[in-house]
Amino acid sequence: MPDALEKEAVPTAGGPATVAVVEAGPAPGRARSLWSDAWRDLRRKPTFVIPAFVIALLLVMAAFPGWFTSVSPREADLANNFLREPELTHFFSPEWLGYNQQGQSIYARMIYGTRASIVIGISVTALVLVFGSLVGMLAGYFGGWIDGLLSRVIDIFLGIPFLLGAMVVLVSFDTRTEWTVILALAFLGWTTIARVMRGSVISIKQSDYVVAARSLGAGTWRILLRHVLPNAAAPVIVVAMIALGGYITAEAVLSFLGIGLTEPAISWGGDINRAGGQIRTASFLLLYPSLLLGITILSFLMLGDAVRDALDPKLR
Amino acid sequence: MGRYVARRLLQMIPVFIGSTFIIFMMMYALPGDPIRALWGERAPDHAQMAAMREELGLNDHILKQYWDYLLGLLQGDFGTQIRSRREVTEVIGDALPATLRLTVMAFSIIVVVGIGLGLVAGLRAGRKTDTAILFVTLLLISLPVFVIGYLYQTYPGQQWGWITPVVQDSENWGDLLLPALALASLSLAYVARLTRSSIVENRRADYMRTAKAKGLTRTRAVRVHLLRNSLIPVVTFLGVNLGELMTGAIVTEGIFNIHGIGRLVYSALNEREGATVVGVVSFVIVVYLVVALIVDLLYAVLDPRIRYA
Repeated sequence: MPDALEKEAVPTAGGPATVAVVEAGPAPGRARSLWSDAWRDLRRKPTFVIPAFVIALLLVMAAFPGWFTSVSPREADLANNFLREPELTHFFSPEWLGYNQQGQSIYARMIYGTRASIVIGISVTALVLVFGSLVGMLAGYFGGWIDGLLSRVIDIFLGIPFLLGAMVVLVSFDTRTEWTVILALAFLGWTTIARVMRGSVISIKQSDYVVAARSLGAGTWRILLRHVLPNAAAPVIVVAMIALGGYITAEAVLSFLGIGLTEPAISWGGDINRAGGQIRTASFLLLYPSLLLGITILSFLMLGDAVRDALDPKLR
Repeated sequence: MGRYVARRLLQMIPVFIGSTFIIFMMMYALPGDPIRALWGERAPDHAQMAAMREELGLNDHILKQYWDYLLGLLQGDFGTQIRSRREVTEVIGDALPATLRLTVMAFSIIVVVGIGLGLVAGLRAGRKTDTAILFVTLLLISLPVFVIGYLYQTYPGQQWGWITPVVQDSENWGDLLLPALALASLSLAYVARLTRSSIVENRRADYMRTAKAKGLTRTRAVRVHLLRNSLIPVVTFLGVNLGELMTGAIVTEGIFNIHGIGRLVYSALNEREGATVVGVVSFVIVVYLVVALIVDLLYAVLDPRIRYA
């Protein structure tokens, strides 16, 4: 029963109308949780379904790039393909989006570049989510000197400009793989999540169901994992989903500046950087990778927005 | 008020020490040798290298180096640039005006256009204008700053010839318009969306009904009551954003050929020029902390319920 109570507590925070419904007595059937409510909402919304579909496609592209193109992204034929114009009617063929200044198929490079962006975006988000939530939860729940200490640490890391800090870390390495970039971004990026988590844990720990659980004799970890975490998760996950798009941007900007992934890694940012010099003569070099990068970031942002709207009890 | 500011300034000290410490460690403890980099591809002169190391104190323990650096900072000494042997403060001073002009211009665009668009969208929430503004801002958010920079440079700059595509004179505000727009785009979109959602949330607040009930005109109710209350989260964002703008300047200054802080830190990074990088980052951190304090003081102006004792 405490479970059903606590899950109801979040949606009712919104307005007096829903409180009345809940107080009227046990609803028939199983009580719907915040998450299942959100899911019912989301699956009918095009602003969720379309980005979700695009992201699924990008995931498949990242996992199995060979399914989408037959040529290797590193295969270069300078004699025949130097800066060859796109053949826009030859869908999904290597010459579809043209060739770059090394005679490599731009389409193939775009497909193979997906993996770097997706892997980096998702891994950084996962690391940041785990570490940031842990720090935020400990700071918010225990308060006192633990909070004081952890909050100062958060302040210190927040004081460091995100991209500039990442550049300082990354420039020290001569070869930079996906993992170097992931760790550098996660090292500097966890504070946002920690702050949001801390804030929502502080407001949750005073709520009736936590007090009730404690007075029933539940241990600290049980309270944290069973009661606090599930209720504090919603805002944190929304922030993380929106941040994911930001991490993909960060990777692209770093690779663009030549401080991200190093050769032979294929990355949209790096390709866009090399395209910049040809902007007057061959703007297609720049256009298509930028377009795909934009679509990717847009999809993650829209997904985050849609999930936020669905989880926000104030909007019901 | 005075006591609050004093306390906040005191709290800044550990944060400043911590942030610069992390940057300093990252710059010096990780691989990469600025002295060796001076010779580039050529064979270095080892005796000269050793002498330079000794002179710059690079042989000391890393913590000792940091301590010396911190003592220097307290006296306004940001260190010496290895390549040119100039004071880092002087190097920053040369580069700062261009970046400052760029940032001020971008910031004004963000504030005026961002809040303006957000207000219009928020007041017409759910209608066509709102959808259009949401769509455009989403587009701006999803394009990284370098793509936007190239787009602006190509279309209004080169193809249509409206504005000069490359900055030739960083003291000319007209030249700076395109880079400032590119730099502003992302934050402008965030500010517009933030203002919009804040307005939508507060539009039906009790105080708005009261304002209407006591006979205020719509303009006055919106301007004095709604906007002022809705701006609190926007001001927070703007404060955090100023530091990020200086980072974004690295890309923008590169694309548009502006010799400012961004170019400086970028070339310093590539040459492993620790003193310059740490100096610039320390400077950005100071800006960031001071802006955070100003933002907190602005809260009291926007929301009279907040009082700082």
